[in-house]
Amino acid sequence: MSFCTVLSAAIFGLKVEFVNVEADVSNGLPAFHMVGYLSSEVREAAERVRTAIKNSQLEFPAKKVVINLSPATMKKRGAAFDLPIALSILASLGHLHPDHLKKRLIVGELSLDGKVRPVPGVLPVVMEGRAAGITSFIVPKSNAPEGALVDGVEVIGVGSLKEVYLYLTGQLCLQPEPHDSAVMNEEQKEDMPDYLDICGQETVKRASEVAVAGGHNLLLIGPPGSGKTMTAQRISTILPELTFEESMEITKIYSIMGLLDAEHPLIRYRPFRVVHHTATKAAMVGGGSVPVPGEISLAHQGVLFLDELPEFQKQVLEVLRQPLEERQVRITRVNGNYLFPANFMLVAAMNPCPCGCYPDLNRCTCTPGQIQHYLGKISQPFLDRMDICVESPKISYEALHNKKTVETSEEIRKKVCRARDVQKQRYRGTNIVSNSMMGAEEIRQWCGLEAEGEELMRQAFSRLGLTARTYHKILKVARTIADLEGKERIQTAHLQEAIGYRTIDKKYWGR
Amino acid sequence: MKYQHWLASVQGISGRKKIMLQERMKTAEGVYYIEETALEQYGFLNRNEKNKLLQAKHMWKPDEEYEKLMKKEIQLITCFDGGYPKRLRQIPDRPYGIYYKGSLPADHIPSAALVGARNCTAYGEKHARLLAEKLVCAGVEIISGMAKGIDGAAQRGALNGGGKTYAILGCGVDICYPSEHIGLYTDILENGGGILSEFPPGMKPLAYNFPKRNRLISGLSDAVIVIEAREKSGSLITADMALEQGRDVYALPGPVDSALSKGCNRLIYQGAAPVLSAELLMQDLGIQKAVLPAESNATKKVLESKENLVYSSVCLYPKSISQMIDELSLPAQEVMCALASLEIKGYIKEISKNYYIRN
Repeated sequence: MSFCTVLSAAIFGLKVEFVNVEADVSNGLPAFHMVGYLSSEVREAAERVRTAIKNSQLEFPAKKVVINLSPATMKKRGAAFDLPIALSILASLGHLHPDHLKKRLIVGELSLDGKVRPVPGVLPVVMEGRAAGITSFIVPKSNAPEGALVDGVEVIGVGSLKEVYLYLTGQLCLQPEPHDSAVMNEEQKEDMPDYLDICGQETVKRASEVAVAGGHNLLLIGPPGSGKTMTAQRISTILPELTFEESMEITKIYSIMGLLDAEHPLIRYRPFRVVHHTATKAAMVGGGSVPVPGEISLAHQGVLFLDELPEFQKQVLEVLRQPLEERQVRITRVNGNYLFPANFMLVAAMNPCPCGCYPDLNRCTCTPGQIQHYLGKISQPFLDRMDICVESPKISYEALHNKKTVETSEEIRKKVCRARDVQKQRYRGTNIVSNSMMGAEEIRQWCGLEAEGEELMRQAFSRLGLTARTYHKILKVARTIADLEGKERIQTAHLQEAIGYRTIDKKYWGR
Repeated sequence: MKYQHWLASVQGISGRKKIMLQERMKTAEGVYYIEETALEQYGFLNRNEKNKLLQAKHMWKPDEEYEKLMKKEIQLITCFDGGYPKRLRQIPDRPYGIYYKGSLPADHIPSAALVGARNCTAYGEKHARLLAEKLVCAGVEIISGMAKGIDGAAQRGALNGGGKTYAILGCGVDICYPSEHIGLYTDILENGGGILSEFPPGMKPLAYNFPKRNRLISGLSDAVIVIEAREKSGSLITADMALEQGRDVYALPGPVDSALSKGCNRLIYQGAAPVLSAELLMQDLGIQKAVLPAESNATKKVLESKENLVYSSVCLYPKSISQMIDELSLPAQEVMCALASLEIKGYIKEISKNYYIRN
């Protein structure tokens, strides 16, 4: 037998495409040809595979080797084809029986000494493989735990080419990686920050509680050193727990980006992504000639934190506008459309002016022009998408030393979870999971006001110069506040609090 | 007038020297056609100034430039003309010419300058506006610099009161600086006031123009009222010049711990009269009391007790919600609700996130 085919897979965006690796070994002038629309890193596999086979004490005779990766219309990238190429050659040379390779999906990168190195995207490959009816997977050893997150399949982690060879020829017995269905319940608490550490700041704490309870975007404004970043870091401690499905969804994205922990691959906590203000558009929403997910997709089901908001390039903030509404991002390239999930909660922090002290004119040294210019870096449409906006006040000495009884993160989280349960109940059977996702139809259905509330909103609309968008945001936030209190109807006090949280309007800033 | 326009736009020669030149040569035309040798005799001009004068002559096309001026509806008056403001004649370093749009302040009508910080507080803004409004009702014309903050508020107040106001600019009168005040600029002209400048049209608002401009603000007024000023402020330069020119200086007192009232309080300490009320001010200025607009008493409407409590905590200086929570010892949510309600009813205003002032 001089021909053999092995099944492997490649990642495109977040999608998995199966790739057949075909090898043919024949007599003739010794050569190593690779075809099938390959990128240069796949082409370089030739040298790695040849050397790895040699260093695994296996014979590689001087023959003509042709490798084809099909379908040939699809550009293949990455080093995950090294191992399937090597195995298909070994089978073509007669070292392995081709039947051993049937009904298996193989991925892995080879080093020159024959070791198998980890590759990104093993989890989605195994999930997709199972859906296609494949039951056995050979993957790099450090990727095996992530593959084993999928139930009902055999995932074999291998450390070297020699090991695979011995295993497939029956000379070595390798146990499939055990699937642990109780992985979600495992206790894995690290030292987490706690809201207990924050002194004073009652309004900020309350605002973050409401924001998390309804999945609303949060904007913190305050002077330097007032604890904006500290508050933001603690938001992840009051987020509701992930369901297994959500957890797998996130883990899949992190797997593709190669960001998983080898020992505890499953992501069980909502991600908290801090993005530095030098980030580019592509880094934020995803990009590249074959797009990879950006920060907003890595923050899927979690929190995206943008500190020093006005320092971001304006364009980078503008590209966030559409994903913030649609909770996903579609990136279009010549070779296709890529859809990345981006259901994240945006938390941003900024100073009120360049020196940070406005409106305390005793300390603020900025001119009105400078303040306008500073705010001008963020567009009003972007500000309109911040559902909750709150000042993070300067902390006084008294507040620092006055240890009042404050809520712990755990207590706040319980309240948040209760409110989330109410929402889950309400939006059963729809795609909506939190109040922030309500559309116009849902708002009409669930945010009905009593006569007093109607009158209040009518006055607020004209007096505060609201737009349709900000009006709806106030209603959504009021719905969440009512849910936190377990109230069926939105009451005036809920509306008033929500109005207090409304986003800033640059027109009225500083008179 | 075309030669006067030329002489008025020559830069680098002081107004005093321009006036001396015209006095020697009888007319501006004479200055324009002055011989180089004749110029040598005038010892009061140094070499540099002589060169500037000759250069300016070569570059200038009198007819064309004058036509441009007419097209922009800008007028020029020199101190050799009858209409030149009398008040300016009294000041030692009066400008040779004044460019203006609209009208000039009338000599027989009392005028007051209201000046102050650009980055002002709501306290200063409110009193600048109200004071100007009351003064124009009593027939006083308001002079200011059309800058952001106090200047703009005073001039807006004067317009609200249905009076005339004059803006003295540190740039050409065809340039609106700051550009946000374009509405004010047109309103001043529409209401019979004027935009004045000693700088030729097209002059940019350069930093060193403004102290020069300030001497005209005080020079054109009978009294200078400083509303809000930091300890080092352009408004204090105006006050100093006013004293040199023999004008009365008033200052609006403010809290001793407000950085923006420090300059004013110091002026009062040094002997400036404090502004206690518009009525007292008019008495001082010797102006007949006019029917003043009644103060609005809207705040006395019925408020809920909690709202009343929160309202009493809000003042004209920005106060944050956390300060109020500390002061009132009320739960955060209750304070927030009361503030939202007060804001909707129009009693208070949010000027920065969670910072409130009385409206």
